[in-house]
Amino acid sequence: MNKLVSVVAVMAAAFLGSTSARAADVEVIHWWTSGGEQAAVSVFAREFDALGGDKWVDTAIAGGENARSATLQRILGGDPPGAAQFNPGRQYEELIAGGLLLDLTDLATKENWAGFIRPASISEACLVDGKWWCVPVNIHSWNWAWASIPAFEKAGVALPTSFDEFLTSAPKLKEAGVIPFAIGGESWQISGAFGVLQTSMLGVEKRAKIMKDKDIELAKAEMPAVFTKWREFKQYSDEGSANRNWNDTTNLVVTDQAALQIMGDWARGEFGVAGEKPGVDYACLALPAAAPTVTTGGDIFLFPKQSDPAVEAAQLKMASMMVNPQVQALFNNAKGSMPIRDDVDMSLADDCMKRGLEIIGNDANVAVDAGRWLSNDTTGQMNDLAAQFWADDSMTVDDAVAKYVEILQNAD
Amino acid sequence: MTQVAQSGGSAAGLASAVAVKPRMRRRFNYQSVIGTMPMIATAVGVFIICIIFSIIWSFTNSKLFPNFNFIGLDQYVRLWRTDRWIISVQNVFVFGILSIGLGMVVGYLLAVFMDQRIKGEDLFRSIFLYPFAMSLVVTGLVWQWMFDPNLGIQEAVRQLGWTGFEFAPLVKSETALYGVVLGGLWNGVGVTMAIMLAGLRGVDAEIWKAAKIDGIPTWKTYLFIVLPMMRGAIATSFILQCTGVVRVFDIVIAMTQGGPGVSTQMPAIYVIQHITDRVNVGQGMAAATMMLVPVMALIGLQYFLQWRSNRKAGRA
Repeated sequence: MNKLVSVVAVMAAAFLGSTSARAADVEVIHWWTSGGEQAAVSVFAREFDALGGDKWVDTAIAGGENARSATLQRILGGDPPGAAQFNPGRQYEELIAGGLLLDLTDLATKENWAGFIRPASISEACLVDGKWWCVPVNIHSWNWAWASIPAFEKAGVALPTSFDEFLTSAPKLKEAGVIPFAIGGESWQISGAFGVLQTSMLGVEKRAKIMKDKDIELAKAEMPAVFTKWREFKQYSDEGSANRNWNDTTNLVVTDQAALQIMGDWARGEFGVAGEKPGVDYACLALPAAAPTVTTGGDIFLFPKQSDPAVEAAQLKMASMMVNPQVQALFNNAKGSMPIRDDVDMSLADDCMKRGLEIIGNDANVAVDAGRWLSNDTTGQMNDLAAQFWADDSMTVDDAVAKYVEILQNAD
Repeated sequence: MTQVAQSGGSAAGLASAVAVKPRMRRRFNYQSVIGTMPMIATAVGVFIICIIFSIIWSFTNSKLFPNFNFIGLDQYVRLWRTDRWIISVQNVFVFGILSIGLGMVVGYLLAVFMDQRIKGEDLFRSIFLYPFAMSLVVTGLVWQWMFDPNLGIQEAVRQLGWTGFEFAPLVKSETALYGVVLGGLWNGVGVTMAIMLAGLRGVDAEIWKAAKIDGIPTWKTYLFIVLPMMRGAIATSFILQCTGVVRVFDIVIAMTQGGPGVSTQMPAIYVIQHITDRVNVGQGMAAATMMLVPVMALIGLQYFLQWRSNRKAGRA
């Protein structure tokens, strides 16, 4: 009899354990593989493991496209990861509609996410029809140009205050044996830099008219100048650019072999890892300096629905950890991005991050990330076009504008 | 069958053919059918049913989740209006003709070289076959480095003193595809060589003696006597290479990612990118269906030829 009781007791304990307090492994798919990114993601992993019990299981897949594909395929295949990185926007709208994501509304209401996440366009990416479906972890802006101060000094020219000024001084940089314009030949890099140039030439409002409201006439009127200027940049790039990673490209600026790279603020992490100082070794330029802008891109984590309640509990813990002010400060400083809340300890922030926060403080400077308006399909077509135009000199500006307009007209 | 052939294409003839056929067939072997059931189920399930669904979805506006909102030929219209797809189709033809042609020629030459009873044949055979044991991704990366203007062959030769030397095919749109062909050739030529060598060794030694007595030079014997005798080896290596061409994907991703621009894009990359990251299953399926067309045409041609030769045999 005694024996039987003890067996039942052990079984009951085991059963209870499995439903309430059992620790869970949460597999996280992300594409943070470069030095600066690794430093940032390990902040999350460390802080999550420190909460006790549950474990962060890291699945890093190089390349955003590859990582997102893997996540989507695994969710559709019935083997969803515990958490997955996406960019804010329309990349996961069908996952929400299909009911495949964990609803975070209760947690968000309890912690008052809507109260501290700013600017509003960041929370809109996760707050769909009054429910929270994902956690924004940072704000990334594409609209930066990274300059090597020693390279500009070597050529005897001043740091540019606009892209036109840069193009004027580019021949001198070339003469001095520096690669004036560093870019990697991957289509997203080309397309991203093209987008930065577009925003700087058109301004926030006209850009929104074209990409959000699909104003065809405006696109026809404004885009030829952008494509023409973009082609001017090509002659100042180096021949090794084909197929080069963004971080290898940033490294050219870090090592002063190249003068300028247009890249989002995740590049700052690379300078940090190399021990460079802003204002001394490198400069972060928001061009044109007279009317700087930031885009509200960034990263979000979504939590696919799980059958195991222990994993679900761990998912909620992870979501809460990610918006924690202390974690936000540590994470974003390593990553080079801006925190999603104002009340974090910014004593750790360097000059570039402070400059970014200054610009984002004024709503007129905020260029909403194009991914919020356009589907991945459409942005993919635009990437293809930008890359094709960059690589193929026989493609005329008129052809490119016509294609651009066609993509806009067919956008869903 | 003679009877059928004589009665020509008349309806009566066809009817009698249908009636005659079962009687002429061997007794139905139930055991072997049951034994191959799993294979049949896999073949039908994976190939036929999936292909049918691919074709159906290519007429819908499916995004992430396949649906049945039919939109007619819109996906195909968009497909053939897309520069990238048209470039992909051109590329796969150029890539196919070049890599199969070069593969056959170089493979045969290597096999002839190995056939000279050279010392250390085993070693050479391993060296030539070794690349095939490596993943195309590894091959592609290694060749990407070799072709890199700042690290690869170009820089090495320049450091030797020829400062004007230029050899970096992957950086220019016009030449990138040829660079990919070279990488693929290095990977695949060993297998062609091995098959060709087996074919060469299969040729009767008496033929060689006879050719020698007739005073035919060795190269002529290789080219005009031995080569036509190894039709089987040639067909095998040809088909093996064809399948490699249609699904070419990984080596392009590793070497150029389809760049510079879109100049080395391939149909398979288009399909996979659209059904995954670009979340447009309908468009991806339309492209996949287009990829199926040449394959089906080839299979149809093969059936037609077989049918014709059967008919000829029947008549004789």
